[in-house]
Amino acid sequence: MLIRLRVNGEWREADVWPGSSLLFALREELGLPGSKNACEQGECGSCTVWLDGELVCSCLVLAAQAHERTVRTVESLSEGDRLHPVQEAFLEAGAVQCGFCTPGLVVAVTDLLERDPSPDELAVREALAGNLCRCTGYAKIVDAVGLAAERRREGAW
Amino acid sequence: MSTQLRERVRGVVGESAPRIDGVPKVKGTFAYGSDLWHERMLWGATLRSPHPHARIRRIEVGDAVAAPGVHAVLTADDVPGKKLYGLEFADTPVLAWDRVLYAGQPVAIVAAETPELARRAVARIVVEYEVLPAVTDMERALDPAAPKLHEWGNVLRHVRIEHGDPDAEAEVWVEGYYETAMQDQAPLGPEAGLAIPAEDGGVDLIVSTQWLHVDRQQIAPCLGLPEEKVRLTLAGVGGAFGSREDLHMQIHACLLALYTNRPVKMSYDRRESFLAHVHRHPSRIWMRTGASREGKLVNVRARLLIDGGAFASSSPAVIGNATTFAAGPYEVPNALIEGTAVYTNNPPCGAMRGFGAPQVCFAHEAQMDRLARELGIDPIELRLMNAVHTGSVLPTGQVVRGSAPVREVIELARSASLPPEPEPPPMRHPMTLPGGAGNVGRGEGLRRGVGFAVGYKNIAYSEGFDDFHQARVTLAAGPGGPVVEVHSAGVECGQGFSTVLAQVARTELGVDRVTLHAADTQLDSAGSTSASRQTLMGGGAVQLACAAVRQELFDRARSRVGVTGALSLADGWVLAEGVRAVEIADLLETPITATRTFHHRRTTPLDERGQGDVHVMFAFAAQRAVVEVDVELGLVRVVQVVSAIDAGRAINPQAVEGQSEGGTAQGLGLAVMEELQLRDGVIANASFTDYLIPTILDMPPVRTEIVEVPEPDVPFGAKGVGEHATIVSTAAIVAAIRDATGRELNRAPVRPDDVVGLRLPASSASWPPAPDVPGQEPLPAYHGVARGQSALTQSS
Ligand code: FES
Ligand code: FES
Repeated sequence: MLIRLRVNGEWREADVWPGSSLLFALREELGLPGSKNACEQGECGSCTVWLDGELVCSCLVLAAQAHERTVRTVESLSEGDRLHPVQEAFLEAGAVQCGFCTPGLVVAVTDLLERDPSPDELAVREALAGNLCRCTGYAKIVDAVGLAAERRREGAW
Repeated sequence: MSTQLRERVRGVVGESAPRIDGVPKVKGTFAYGSDLWHERMLWGATLRSPHPHARIRRIEVGDAVAAPGVHAVLTADDVPGKKLYGLEFADTPVLAWDRVLYAGQPVAIVAAETPELARRAVARIVVEYEVLPAVTDMERALDPAAPKLHEWGNVLRHVRIEHGDPDAEAEVWVEGYYETAMQDQAPLGPEAGLAIPAEDGGVDLIVSTQWLHVDRQQIAPCLGLPEEKVRLTLAGVGGAFGSREDLHMQIHACLLALYTNRPVKMSYDRRESFLAHVHRHPSRIWMRTGASREGKLVNVRARLLIDGGAFASSSPAVIGNATTFAAGPYEVPNALIEGTAVYTNNPPCGAMRGFGAPQVCFAHEAQMDRLARELGIDPIELRLMNAVHTGSVLPTGQVVRGSAPVREVIELARSASLPPEPEPPPMRHPMTLPGGAGNVGRGEGLRRGVGFAVGYKNIAYSEGFDDFHQARVTLAAGPGGPVVEVHSAGVECGQGFSTVLAQVARTELGVDRVTLHAADTQLDSAGSTSASRQTLMGGGAVQLACAAVRQELFDRARSRVGVTGALSLADGWVLAEGVRAVEIADLLETPITATRTFHHRRTTPLDERGQGDVHVMFAFAAQRAVVEVDVELGLVRVVQVVSAIDAGRAINPQAVEGQSEGGTAQGLGLAVMEELQLRDGVIANASFTDYLIPTILDMPPVRTEIVEVPEPDVPFGAKGVGEHATIVSTAAIVAAIRDATGRELNRAPVRPDDVVGLRLPASSASWPPAPDVPGQEPLPAYHGVARGQSALTQSS
């Protein structure tokens, strides 16, 4: 079936199998493999994107459900060589190892800080409880959120 | 002064240099195996056995072949070359014929236009099985009456270490029995790769793995191709932790690509990932520890059993490690330690971070706590009193030659300040309670406990194995100044190995711009990214290659510019007697390239008494864990971990912390939640819904203390740091839960039932008998089974 959706500001069309997830459509039909596929069961958050401004696990959304809607993915955050402050904070804090969880986390953290620029540590942990990372033990991810929040309060974005 | 600061080369050894692969990873453009794509690409899928042990009566593929979009359906008959492969021994079928030995074993493969069509075609393959009695218990495997899984029986390797006088009497003995569960590495990136048929009849494979050359060594004979026609390039690796040491989709994708003459991608989903890679061995350990009244260890007697599952994988090396480390990092004059790896019809087990050491650490540290109680000595003092140091003799007779700061790691882990006592529950945020917001108690049952563990393991491969690493360094002029390119087949799994290579190159050549060539099989082997070995081995190879490049630079400086005296490099310049003489860039009208291979010092196999100089060097770790337990609800929260890491030298302190924190998370997982549950040999929880790994809510702050006592005679004095934390954290956390609850808790993971006393401690009737074996070698070796990786030799 043919779907039409606005991805990262651009209207795109994709011919998808009716059972396919939004994640599959993004990765395999629309050339946007930044959203990852660690579980495809809604358990890990590696596929996190915005659908009409709300965070969703794109593996749990049918591609067809995104028809005529707006999707924003990790690929929208950087512009050429210019990284988003959240991405910069992840690098500075050492919050990236294998990086497979990173796109989902960067999206989730950006969303959190756009809503609440000063989350306390418990709020951070609660907000990210659905994002699994197998490499870092999360300590440096918490540091990265702190760093990014500081920059947000300083008006970096 | 300020100019000098600006020009100083950044990101050298000892600095927390930013990751060299960081930017594409945060942008989402880093290409993992599952992200690969090719024109006209087909998708592969695998049919796996549902039975742990069965005879294959018939395989009917007609329906699948006729299904829409299907280009190939292959079974064992279609494997053109050798039908068996394996990491240490070739005992594993590429595709099963005649018999399946575990639930999840590949039986047939399909290539189709889309993943969905491939999955549907798999469902149309009919296999008629005759179910056979399965051996799903590791002690039962030793029973002579049990079904024999391989021609040579069910014993894979039996290691016997006899040291001093194993009958030596001691004034005080403590005895314990311990079990650890089957753990999964659960890297977030699924097993994936893309095979592209080549015009020369060969194949190019881009794949997420841990050792390209040993993959190739196993793949090529099965395809019936010479090695040079099988070319591998590394795809991005989404974590590994040992799970990618064995082949997964490599041979299957190559077979399908060669058969269809189309590129074929295979990418497992989470369920298949759980079925397709090896796991951490479940263990059973019986141990008696004898000491003098004053607390000096006199004798350790231990019996270890690990479940290797259906095929050998790296179990022979794992049991070698577990047995040699079973007495802990302590001086023990007399010992008899016997370890057996057995075959069963359970899923194969192999490498996982720690490689046999976490299981024995769980046992020897519980024994030390028992002994301390029995003797009335402070448990940490008891450890300090017996800790090995440089010059100590291990139970294998091996002398610890290198740095052994065991006392230092113990002191640092114990002296860190304890976290403040929590507020009473009504004042506390419910998220901070054991079990988090799900804790419905009123806090009457909250108890705090503190646990401690010390452990050690080897760096690099052991028992005579020469796991060399080759690297090529090219120094060339670039538009913005000289550029170094580093090429090695070493695999970056996320731990920061490639950044370490860049730091070494910057340090050695005084040039800050470093690029990395993709890891591939154009160069010789780099060895595996495992055994915490790549900092030592890759760092060593790059250092050697840089030294050769530097020599050529100096020759050019002397002959072309006429500089004299002692030369050195710094910040883009050649210095003569410490004074800037000529810019490096001015000497690079042609690039300078050098290829060098680093070997670690030779070790020896275990002799008939289990004695030998078996390990290259050792790394030590100590952790103190603080937990809070709700003893009524059986819920545990880890409050704090102090992790003291013997790094030799921290090449990148931030990355060392990352290994300490991430390794602690995996140890915490095995302590309180992670267990692959088998029902009659079938994994019952092959999903992230049912197999839980620590989330950000489960992780406490981890305070890392890095101890830097350089290892002599190795580059920068650096030891690897990949496994330290994982070795000790399970033991430390479970000890803390024992302290909080007063219960025996001799099995990891600890479950709520254990905490509240609904489940009795694990028990065992008696120590299993030692099997009758010809010697210390793995049994397949005595039966002429082809060796895997140990035959790899340097070709240039
Ligand atoms: S891939 Fe969507 S939540 Fe895991
Ligand atoms: S960095 Fe590997 S999963 Fe998070």
